[in-house]
Amino acid sequence: MKNLSFLTVGVFFGIVMAKSEAVSWFRIHEMFRFESFHMYGIIGTAVVLGAASMWLMKKTKMTTLRGTLVGYNPMNLNIKRHLLAGTIFGLGWALVGCCPGPMYVLLGSGYTIILLILAGATLGTFTYGLVMKYLPH
Amino acid sequence: MNLAVNASSLVQFISQPWHWAVSGAAIALVLALMTWMGRSFGVSTTFKAFCSAAGAGKVSDFFKMDVKEEMWRIAFVIGGLIGGYIATHFLQSPEPVAISPETVDYLATIGINYPEADAKGIGFVPTSLFNFESLSGILMAVGGGFLVGFGARYGDGCTSGHAISGLAHFQLPSLITVIGFFIGGLAMTHFIFPFLVG
Repeated sequence: MKNLSFLTVGVFFGIVMAKSEAVSWFRIHEMFRFESFHMYGIIGTAVVLGAASMWLMKKTKMTTLRGTLVGYNPMNLNIKRHLLAGTIFGLGWALVGCCPGPMYVLLGSGYTIILLILAGATLGTFTYGLVMKYLPH
Repeated sequence: MNLAVNASSLVQFISQPWHWAVSGAAIALVLALMTWMGRSFGVSTTFKAFCSAAGAGKVSDFFKMDVKEEMWRIAFVIGGLIGGYIATHFLQSPEPVAISPETVDYLATIGINYPEADAKGIGFVPTSLFNFESLSGILMAVGGGFLVGFGARYGDGCTSGHAISGLAHFQLPSLITVIGFFIGGLAMTHFIFPFLVG
């Protein structure tokens, strides 16, 4: 199977998200109440080390396994859009206590209620596709 | 030297909750691996792929895509699901998630007991709130999921794409999106959520 490597990285990701407790609704609630450094430590470390590795990959002009150079497709800057979209996402994130990655991990952990959250997320994505032409981009 | 004993103590060692620095470094490793494999680190596009696979391309061109091109991403999240299963069944820590005493005290004031709230005792989801028997729980799960899905697609990315990948590439749009995540998250946690459960 061609995508077995992605499945393997996904398994590692799932274990990391569960063992780091980043999938916990309680950790997200605690983060938004600024009552622990835990989540900030995780995200901060990931960004700093991630930025260092991305910089190194670009600097050494490393080619990926697909033969491409490492880069990032920049989005057009539209402050209204980014703030509005981010705020809508944040409202949902804090309510259900998980963002898309952890949703899958929690489902695997045995929380079947996540099926409703995933259904809602797919419905939200579909609704965006219907109304996108009325939104600032 | 007894290998069996060493293996079980290794499992015990991994089973304790991971320090934030170890966790953060592991997430950076996932980003680096996905980049090396020539793909981006983004999860929310799976929802778009589901819409597309269900035929949403008939009503909006936005969903006209080749779902086969997204199979690597689907494989990644199936892996995440398996990883969650492994972590909960074979690497479960003996204690529930150790959130701060302040948060525990606050949650008690709005009627959410911790960790008794969680039937499984691992403290990932307050099942007293989110369960199939509670209409408000069902509405909150679907509604909250809806906001996550809508916001992620409108913003062209979620936490993995913007807060981790985008920031690691010094993208200003990602930074503004993350600021939005916090505007919404703070408003929900401090103003709307206490009202919803009150």
